[in-house]
Amino acid sequence: MNRIDKKFRELKKEKKKAFIAYITAGDPNLATTGKLVIALEKSGADIIELGIPFSDPLADGPTIQAASQRALKSGANLKKIFKTVSAIRKKTDVPLVFMTYCNPVLRYGLPGFFKACGRCGVDGVIIPDLPAEEAGEIIKLGRKNGIATIFLAAPTSTRKRIINIARNSNGFIYYVSLTGVTGARSKLPAEFKSKVKLIKSVTDKPVAVGFGVSSAAQAKEIAGAADGVIVGSAIVKIIGEKNIIPRVSRFARILAKAIHSV
Amino acid sequence: MLPNKLGYYDIFGGKFVPETLMSALDELEKAYSKSKSDRSFKKNLDYYLKEYAGRPTPLYFAERLTKKTGGAKIYLKREDLLHTGAHKINNTLGQALLAIKMGKPRIIAETGAGQHGVATATVAALFGLECEVFMGEEDIKRQAINVFKMKLLGAKVTPVASGSKTLKDAMNEAIRDWVTNVRSTYYVIGSVAGPHPYPMMVRDFQSIIGKEARCQSQALFGKLPDYLVACVGGGSNAMGLFYAFLKDRVKMVGVEAAGLGINTARHAATLCKGSVGVLHGSKSYLLQDDDGQIEIAHSISAGLDYPGVGPEHSFLKESGRAKYVAVTDKEALEGFKMLTELEGIIPALESSHAVYYASRLAKRLPKNKVIIVCLSGRGDKDIDIVRGVL
Repeated sequence: MNRIDKKFRELKKEKKKAFIAYITAGDPNLATTGKLVIALEKSGADIIELGIPFSDPLADGPTIQAASQRALKSGANLKKIFKTVSAIRKKTDVPLVFMTYCNPVLRYGLPGFFKACGRCGVDGVIIPDLPAEEAGEIIKLGRKNGIATIFLAAPTSTRKRIINIARNSNGFIYYVSLTGVTGARSKLPAEFKSKVKLIKSVTDKPVAVGFGVSSAAQAKEIAGAADGVIVGSAIVKIIGEKNIIPRVSRFARILAKAIHSV
Repeated sequence: MLPNKLGYYDIFGGKFVPETLMSALDELEKAYSKSKSDRSFKKNLDYYLKEYAGRPTPLYFAERLTKKTGGAKIYLKREDLLHTGAHKINNTLGQALLAIKMGKPRIIAETGAGQHGVATATVAALFGLECEVFMGEEDIKRQAINVFKMKLLGAKVTPVASGSKTLKDAMNEAIRDWVTNVRSTYYVIGSVAGPHPYPMMVRDFQSIIGKEARCQSQALFGKLPDYLVACVGGGSNAMGLFYAFLKDRVKMVGVEAAGLGINTARHAATLCKGSVGVLHGSKSYLLQDDDGQIEIAHSISAGLDYPGVGPEHSFLKESGRAKYVAVTDKEALEGFKMLTELEGIIPALESSHAVYYASRLAKRLPKNKVIIVCLSGRGDKDIDIVRGVL
């Protein structure tokens, strides 16, 4: 069974919600990325998203844009990231999900990309500029290689679109909490609760909510309504500063505690 | 009929955008298709194109330029004479009327040279819409006059400091704004690029260029032209000129910006030197490295300084229906000077690329052949740049 499905099953048994942490691979360098994954897992992250940097991340706000730039500057590319993931896989079984944009994946070559994901131990793929209707081949290749294809649902998604998104997603469905790009916000729109309910009425698959989550209190609020909480920019912001690993660990522990206490 | 229902021109096009925008694109597609069969919409647009923008534009015989080259006759489709000084107004009038139909009080746009930004700010002033234009910091520096014009027209001009600080980054930022304000905001894309239905819609709004040129050809020289020549950044003026002639035996040439030379790293010749990928919502040719990172384009003309190109151009290239060539900064300046000195017309640096290529092409052709060049814009905005290099 895919590690993501396994994780959600375990969490369900324990009546716990998932803490999904995002970092950009190669930010500030790939060696640190390897250490951060282990540190995040130890601090309570259930699933870890690794961003593959892209020069033009149009779904990302300033924080992750800056992280992508740092990662590209450090020389991170898919080939090297696959190597890093292989090394991480020797140390941990934490589910790993790639988050990136169409173009780096297309350039690598779709069949080769999915094969490498399978070989290195990547469990899922999220591509925010790839809506489900453009993803036919990716869904097929994902199934063939045991890689979950995770699609995003948004506040503007109609019921009809949500049904299609749910059908094509495995692992979990990524609900985008707000209309906007990634980035920590002090307040989240209240509508996410009713939208998560709507998604859950059409599918049994887990629903995780991301975009904008900046504090333990917000994470807790989301965990009350969804199966998982995704935190990216608030963590990535620390990575742009100093004393990264202890500070990321401390913040992750606070988030994990808040999410797991629900 | 292309594109197909999913917005594809063979393998090019599509909708590669965040889910948040998908419903907005569906809504836009429906509104646009409804407007096409709506007689009052068409009447309204025609009114503004004629009375406000100044259509039809002349198809002018460039007699001295023709004499100088000594070959085929060169005609200029004078889009530079339109209000705001370029073909961009054809599209912004259409899209602004659509935004009003859709009940969107705010319009946004990206701009490179500032021509599309000015054309958008202009229609915003005309129709009383709120307007914000995203523009790379680099372009703000080199197109200061257009920035000032947009502000005078009441638009907010937001500088974009990410990436290459040019058109590509302005488009990223415009898309980010659209994702954020999608419910109240209409995104006026300025070229035949972006996700479906934009490439089709912008082409349709610009196709008036070719429709007029086709009729004018019959009237002026009793046949269709032999060649069409237009510059290609995103490709809207070229698509606008080409579209009415696609089924005719007329050769089409798109002229890209070769910058410092297509064998250097500093050019914007996407179709000549790029490869297929996904940028800004559609699959098309683009400039990218081995890892799929978008490369920074370069051209002396801000309007051609873009590492992507509209998907229909990629299709026309692949199918062989149109040919794409590239002209360097230096050659474009030569075209600029030539037209200024021989015809008393100061062209935009974008259009100067097409002028230069047409003059070379004319030289090789017999005198009974006819070339139509899309003179997409006038050169006032470029005076400072030209003064700096000539």
